[in-house]
Amino acid sequence: MNYPAIQLTHLDNLWFQASGTLCNIACTHCFNNSGPNVRTFGHLSLETVREEIETAARLGVKEIFFTGGEPFLHPGLLDMLVLSLEHAPTTVLTNGMLINDRHADRLAEIEPRARYSLEIRVSLDGYTEEMNDAIRGRGVFWQALAAVVRLSCRGLLPLVTMVRTWSDEEELSTLAAFARTLRDAGYTRPRIKVLPSLPLGRELERGSFNSTNTLLTEDMMQDYDRDLLMCSNSRLVTDRGVWVCPLLVEKADARLGATLHDARSTYELRHNACVTCYQYGTICGNVSSLIEGPANLADSRNGTAP
Amino acid sequence: MTRLALFGGIYSNYRALEAALADVRRRGIDAAYCLGDLGAFGPYPDRIYPLLRAHRVQCIQGNYDNSLAGDLADCQCGYTDPRDNHFARISYSYTFKNTSEENKSWLGTLPMSLRIEIGGRRVLLCHGSPRKMNEFLWESTSPDSFLEYLLDESHADIVCATHTGIKWRRALSRNRHFINVGVLGRPENDGKTDVWYTVLAIGAGRVEVEFVPVPYDHQGLAADMRAEGLPGEFIETITTGWWTTCLEVLPHKERARGRY
Repeated sequence: MNYPAIQLTHLDNLWFQASGTLCNIACTHCFNNSGPNVRTFGHLSLETVREEIETAARLGVKEIFFTGGEPFLHPGLLDMLVLSLEHAPTTVLTNGMLINDRHADRLAEIEPRARYSLEIRVSLDGYTEEMNDAIRGRGVFWQALAAVVRLSCRGLLPLVTMVRTWSDEEELSTLAAFARTLRDAGYTRPRIKVLPSLPLGRELERGSFNSTNTLLTEDMMQDYDRDLLMCSNSRLVTDRGVWVCPLLVEKADARLGATLHDARSTYELRHNACVTCYQYGTICGNVSSLIEGPANLADSRNGTAP
Repeated sequence: MTRLALFGGIYSNYRALEAALADVRRRGIDAAYCLGDLGAFGPYPDRIYPLLRAHRVQCIQGNYDNSLAGDLADCQCGYTDPRDNHFARISYSYTFKNTSEENKSWLGTLPMSLRIEIGGRRVLLCHGSPRKMNEFLWESTSPDSFLEYLLDESHADIVCATHTGIKWRRALSRNRHFINVGVLGRPENDGKTDVWYTVLAIGAGRVEVEFVPVPYDHQGLAADMRAEGLPGEFIETITTGWWTTCLEVLPHKERARGRY
């Protein structure tokens, strides 16, 4: 079978799996099976992060992301964020549980000094303790909420992300309920981002997907804007090499090279998760957007100069 | 020096456009351009077209114009938040209904970008970014190296864009520049009611950028919007200078400066 092949058009997004697959919790929908003592991937060194950021800056990178596992398990995370912010806007994806007052103080110092935006994305998967902790584990709801409040009372506006576990009809009421929960807790200007659930890792084992054999075909790529796919604009750096995107980190064929420099090759879309990316666009970004419309400005004309 | 007036999104704000055009005339500026999104948000969309034609403002298509001309179902604004999309739908549906067929067809004749050469400097005018009509280029999320890449790829010395609604500029290597020209359509989330346009002056190896505040009859515009039944949230933005909608696309720094 011929799989659609996607070139790296431009490195817009550079991802770091800062803490590897090590996480202090084990969510039931985790797409890369992270959890306590899960050492499929380990911590990145500050030196690797520095080298790859420098390569990425030479390539004209637009945004940098730190994920895991839980990135705050990495003792060097804050230094990595400072380094990254010298070059590009930077986002850290966290469950929030390890953000204590000391971390929050440091983040509140780092943010105003940086030229570029620092986004702290805190995961919450339900607007009540029962809903959230059923997915993320006991006690997680109140700890994550406390982190959000700790950050917001220092002038930071964390982006609270949630994986969609409700129907389209329930979307507006669910978002309103989330906003209410955050406001009641003391986050007066809540920012919320909804993520689709992915047919990967524990979510797949949970059996929430019944059509997991769907793959992309060349026909489906006709008239499709390939720029929407992460593989056209992103790469993920881990302690075991560079992968095509954060979602496919458990797929051996998605490892493209030892370093970013070697990992700019074309990639064939041969996984079910590629269909999710296809459907929702660059879902991992902060303003995940299925941006439609004319992809390029080839229709440029000469204007009349005065 | 050759001086260009650069208007960002007008969003049907004909009162601000009139005030800006008067300012351009007073200053004796050489030529005026609009970087797209002529309609949206404001009242009586057809009122801006005679003004643009009478003053020979050269226009390019923004996402709104592209949607109106192509009879598309939405504005291609690039929002993903449900509340942002709710208000985007209200605005697009009003603008679509109240823009004449003649004006919609005219929008379809506009180019997606314009290139001008002045004193050997290659100027590219586009709506979102040189590579994508609805890409958001915010000050706090556009690194130097990324902008250098965009200018290299588009073979330009000066790139001017709009789309985000907030003005900013960056000097780059080899006397190259990126300029977000701001918008005439609504204030820029700073608690002031003025809107903005940009004067770009080029000559003898020099590039000068001036952001020009445009005070205008914003109370008159608010009254128009009320009369047309446009959402109170939109009117509040016009009368207070704070954004109340389309907030979820703002990066952290730009969001933190606003009220909501």
